[in-house]
Amino acid sequence: MSTESLPVKTKAAANLAKSADSPWRLAFRQFSRNRLAVAGFIILLVMAVICFIGPLFSPYNLYDYSIKDKNLAPNAHYWLGTDKLGRDVLLRLMLAGRISLLVGIVATLVTVLIGSILGALSGFYRKFVDTVIMRTADIFMSLPTLPILIILGTVLSDLKVHPSYRIYFLMLIIGLLNWTTLARLVRGQVLMLREQEFMQATEALGLRDRRKIFRHLLPNTVPIIIVTATLSVASAILYESAMSYLGIGVVPPTPSWGNMIADANSLIDFRKRPWLWIPPGMCILITTVAINLIGDGLRDALDPKSKK
Amino acid sequence: MRQYIIRRLLQMIPTLIGISIVVFAITALVPGDYITARNNPNMTVEKAEELRRLYGLDKPDIQRYFIWAGNMLQGKFGDSLQHKKPVLEVINTYVWNSFIIAFCSLVLSWFFAIIAGVFSAKFQYSLLDKLITLFVFVCMSLPSFFIGLLVIKIFALTLNWFPVGGMTTGGLNATGWAYVKDVAYHGFLPILVLTMLSTGSLTRYFRTSMLEVIRQDYIRTARAKGLKERTVIFKHALRNAMIPAITLLGFELPALFGGAIILEHIFIWPGIGQVYLGSISMRDYPFMLGFTIILAALTLLGNMLSDVLYGVADPRIRLK
Repeated sequence: MSTESLPVKTKAAANLAKSADSPWRLAFRQFSRNRLAVAGFIILLVMAVICFIGPLFSPYNLYDYSIKDKNLAPNAHYWLGTDKLGRDVLLRLMLAGRISLLVGIVATLVTVLIGSILGALSGFYRKFVDTVIMRTADIFMSLPTLPILIILGTVLSDLKVHPSYRIYFLMLIIGLLNWTTLARLVRGQVLMLREQEFMQATEALGLRDRRKIFRHLLPNTVPIIIVTATLSVASAILYESAMSYLGIGVVPPTPSWGNMIADANSLIDFRKRPWLWIPPGMCILITTVAINLIGDGLRDALDPKSKK
Repeated sequence: MRQYIIRRLLQMIPTLIGISIVVFAITALVPGDYITARNNPNMTVEKAEELRRLYGLDKPDIQRYFIWAGNMLQGKFGDSLQHKKPVLEVINTYVWNSFIIAFCSLVLSWFFAIIAGVFSAKFQYSLLDKLITLFVFVCMSLPSFFIGLLVIKIFALTLNWFPVGGMTTGGLNATGWAYVKDVAYHGFLPILVLTMLSTGSLTRYFRTSMLEVIRQDYIRTARAKGLKERTVIFKHALRNAMIPAITLLGFELPALFGGAIILEHIFIWPGIGQVYLGSISMRDYPFMLGFTIILAALTLLGNMLSDVLYGVADPRIRLK
């Protein structure tokens, strides 16, 4: 190799490196150009920080409230007023936010776990496994989601599940009913990926199926999983809040945005004390809009083909 | 085509059986039944047992499933325990109230979505487009119950423009035209909210579809012919953009007859959704199971319908 040609080569290599930025960095750049998506991300971040750190700075306590301060309108001491027991609405709102965000995220993790594994198995093994999994998916897809959630919520009430364990069951139920979309998407990806050269290489290396699926196929479906998961956090939060509003989701004393809105069921609170139920509603709205904006931005950045 | 439809209908059978097993299993999980849910203080233990025997609630779950499934196959949905009437009769009484608001909001949301989608695509990246996009996201993320409550608070309580709930004014007993006007007056708010909820994703759909179409050669040809821009957009582009949207019509089927559970609850609208919600909390199993199966069947039919419609609208699609 002659010495003169070396700089030329390195330059070419540098150019190549520049144009071949990692796909993640490209996606990040694409995402940060989407102003709505970035706005959504910032809003969600602020919301999460307020909910998780805010209560630490609150002068009030959920268990140590003064009944003489009940039903106060927003004022300098209680920024969002107090409820019928004299509890600070702002503090409850932040604690409720923790619960609602957690339910949304954990339910989505359940969805991702089930959806991606079943989808990958279905696409990888095809034939009988595929038939069984996809027919099951058909059944779950044609179940009316909200009614089934309501029925399962009443089952939880009838089984007398303790209020503090109830949120775990909720996360599980909401996650379980949501896996089909992701499973189908992952299956489609795996069906396509398994025909590519790198899978022939894994065949040649004699890797075990488990390794092929979890180390080689699933990592390639991560973009699609991230996009679907983000959007499903929003729908999980909406489902949780609707159930809690009906009194069969997260139940008092655990606050959630949904069950705070249930205060509006009393006509006097509904009419005269809007500070009890409008703030939690706005929080749900803002959070879900933000998450949907992020999800859309991620879809543009990670998975431009599936743009609908 | 007929063959295709028949095959699709046959394919629904195993799915429906699966659904019936899942739904029945869930209700069998519940320790309470209709008799405990009623909480009647005069109910003695013997009386409760007798009633259970009468309703067939004392048999083992598997046996009850087969009895129930066998009756369903013969079209016998049984009697609603709560309404003391056949399930199908109860459905027939209430489903049309739900249908009215669902149908109106279907028409309105398609109308608004088409307009918004067309203009959003025509002026892509303009301020209008951005506003519409933001509006779409808000609509797609609306918690229905909160928006319902907010709308009642603003338009019914504060401004006093519309009634708080219900479907007719109590004691009015209007007939004919006055009745229609009364129902429209009561239905305005629920229809508004339902329309908002579905306009979002539809608008997005039409926008994307229009964006694809207006880049096609035949649109350029139409413009080159010197046609008016309005003709190009609404006649040449929109018609073609509507083809993929036809499939969406099929998916609307369950929404038309399924009722809006939460909104009917909030607006005290005497629709099937509210009856359904009541049947769940009252453990009225015959109604709850029957209607759930009907909803699932409607979903399956809707999927099939959308595939068939697609084939009808676009002859290039061959159904196999």
